[in-house]
Amino acid sequence: MTARVEVFVQLKDGMLDPQGKTLEHALEALGYSGVENVRVGKWITFAVEGGCREEIAGRVDEMCRRLLANTVIERFTYKLLEDGE
Amino acid sequence: MSGVPIGIVRFPGTNCDQDVFDAVAAIDGARPVWLWHKETALGGVRGIVLAGGFAYGDYLRAGAIARFSPIMDRVIAFARSGGPVLGICNGFQILTEAGLLPGALMRNAGLSFVCREQWLRVDSTDTPFTRHFRPRQLVRFPVAHGEGNYVADDETLDRLEGEGRVVFRYVDEAGEATPLANPNGSARNIAGIADERGNVVGLMPHPDRAMSLLVGSQDGREVFRGLLEAAA
Repeated sequence: MTARVEVFVQLKDGMLDPQGKTLEHALEALGYSGVENVRVGKWITFAVEGGCREEIAGRVDEMCRRLLANTVIERFTYKLLEDGE
Repeated sequence: MSGVPIGIVRFPGTNCDQDVFDAVAAIDGARPVWLWHKETALGGVRGIVLAGGFAYGDYLRAGAIARFSPIMDRVIAFARSGGPVLGICNGFQILTEAGLLPGALMRNAGLSFVCREQWLRVDSTDTPFTRHFRPRQLVRFPVAHGEGNYVADDETLDRLEGEGRVVFRYVDEAGEATPLANPNGSARNIAGIADERGNVVGLMPHPDRAMSLLVGSQDGREVFRGLLEAAA
């Protein structure tokens, strides 16, 4: 099967996010009040082939741990969508 | 050209390679040697420097892609065998991504790229790179980075401190590690750390840009002198 994969990477809670903070100030400057806790993350998409859903999930998990996220400072989640979904 | 061969790794996007080359060449008895990131052998070098810059454009995270370059397997093996390895700025980031040093470097807390002269305190002289300094000696190296905010969990930080592996700390002129002296928000003002054996050291400031009084400091010379001695 082929799966479309969406990986979300975000700084762990409590990690200072200067990008998010800057955006928060910019939104405030534009007049949007009440905006809080802006965090900037990464959204990574790709397609991957594999035998079954579990196997693909295992490989994606490994990809995230080895490269796509730095688990010292980031956490990740991912979604597998089968073709046509 | 004779002398002890010191390898300088070049990734696409490394931009302090020439500074490091000149720094190594300035030490009597050392011979700088280029190591292209695609090489799979170290060609007999006796010490290695990962220079500053933006390897692979810092895509994904600083050091994240460089860490998987072919040369890095050899660098990791060299480091684990006790060979002296120095990571400067982007090189420090690569060493943490490669797992040779703990923790990570995040975007500067102050939201901006910092480029300035910086006082540092040498908190460990128990590495090849700092053995020529006195304990707690103040030295001045420039910093120039956007992602130098050192983070690690408290347990790791306590271990680093307990084992004397915090090598350089950001301080003011009086040698105090104050928040104001901290250019990037690094935990406990940490500017550089060592691995367990001390042969691998990473730091954000640039000893390679402190090689001559003409540019304000030649404190960096001792770092490269120590590297040569460990490599010889």
